[in-house]
Amino acid sequence: MAEKYISRSSAIAARLLGGEMMVMSATDSTFFTLNEVATAIWQAADGRTPLSEIVAGKICQEFDVNREQAQRGADRFVDELSQHGILLVSDQPVMETDSSFSPESR
Amino acid sequence: MTLAAFRRSDAPLPVLMTGASCLSVVVAIGGIPVRVNTASPDFLEMLKRRYAGFVSAEPHAEFDLDVNLSPPELGDPGAGVSVTHRSGRWLIEWGDLRAEWETASRRGTIHQTANPYSIDAVLRIVHTLVLARQGGFLLHSSSAIRNGKAFLFSGVSGAGKTTISRLAPSDATLLTDEISYVRREGNRYMAYGTPFAGELARAGENKCAPLSALFLLEKGLQNSIEPISPTEAIQRLLRNILFFAHDPELVKLVFQSACEFASLVPIHRLVFVPDQRVWDIIR
Repeated sequence: MAEKYISRSSAIAARLLGGEMMVMSATDSTFFTLNEVATAIWQAADGRTPLSEIVAGKICQEFDVNREQAQRGADRFVDELSQHGILLVSDQPVMETDSSFSPESR
Repeated sequence: MTLAAFRRSDAPLPVLMTGASCLSVVVAIGGIPVRVNTASPDFLEMLKRRYAGFVSAEPHAEFDLDVNLSPPELGDPGAGVSVTHRSGRWLIEWGDLRAEWETASRRGTIHQTANPYSIDAVLRIVHTLVLARQGGFLLHSSSAIRNGKAFLFSGVSGAGKTTISRLAPSDATLLTDEISYVRREGNRYMAYGTPFAGELARAGENKCAPLSALFLLEKGLQNSIEPISPTEAIQRLLRNILFFAHDPELVKLVFQSACEFASLVPIHRLVFVPDQRVWDIIR
C-alpha cells in the first residue's frame, strides 16, 4: 500500500486550547475540534513524515492503543479532513510546509 | 459564521452622485462615523428617522457611502447576500442591491431602490469588514448595560434574545435585541448599541460599556448559569458572528478574534425561565 504524507493546508485557522486543537477551514468555515490523538497527528503533519511512521513512532508511543487500531483511526481522520481541504495528502514527501501554522497553534 | 455564495463581477459601478445635489447624514454606529450621501431629500429623511439615535452632529466621517436610487429590477429575491473582494474593491450584491466599497479610498457606491433594508444591509456588512481587522465583530445577540457593565445574550432564532430584552429591569439600558456590536479596546471588549432591531422593532441606545460576560441562551425550567468548555464556547460564538465575505484571510481573522474574545470575556450557558427573575442572576 502506498505511503501517505500529510501536511496542513494554508487555508485554515487553528488554535490549541486545553490540549484540543480547534481547526476551521477558511474556505468553507467547517469547524473541527480534535481530540488528543488527532491533535498529535495534526501536529506531526509536516509533509515529510509518513503517516505510518507518525502512528508507530508517536501515537502508539504516547497513547494506549495498538498499531492496527491506531492506523485505522488515523486513516479515517486524514480522509475526513482531506475532504474539507484541511489536510493535504500526498504519496510523496512534501518539502515545503505551511509556515502560517506556527503562530496560530500556540 | 454566515458565508454567502460566491459570485463575481468586475464591472465598476457608475458614479451618478454630484456634489451639487448631494445631501448627507453621518451615521455613527459603534463609534465609527459613516457619511451617507444621497440626492433624494425623502431618502435622507428616512435615514434620519431610522438612525435617529445614531446620527452624528459632527461632519467628520471615516467612510463615505454614495447612494444612487434606482427603480426595482428583476433580481433573484431568494438569492443570498454575496460579498466578494477583488482588486481592492468589495462588491456587495443582494437582490436588486449592488454596492461597491473601495478599501483604500474608504468610499462606496450603492445602487438600490428606495428602501431602508438595503442601506441597512450595506451598513452591517461594511461594519463587519472594518471590525474584522480590528479584532471586533457583530454578533447575533441582544445586549444591555446594567450597573456600568455590558452583557451579551446570544442564541439561535427563538432562543430568547428578544424575550430577555423585554424582561430587562428598568435600570438596564438596552443596546439591541438583535445585532450586538463588539469592539476590542486593549485588553478588554466594549459593547455598543446598534439601530439594528429584531422583534422588538426598537433601536438600541447609542451607548457603550465594558463587556462583562456573554451568555448563550437556552430556555429551561429554572434559572441557572452553567459552565461551558472553551472549545464549545468558541464554536458557538463563531456560529453567531455575522460575517458575509467569502474571503479566507478575513475568515482567519474572525477565527482569531473569536479565540481572543473567549480568552478575555467569560462565556456561560444561561438556562432561563422567561420571567424577570432571570435578571437577578445576571451580574
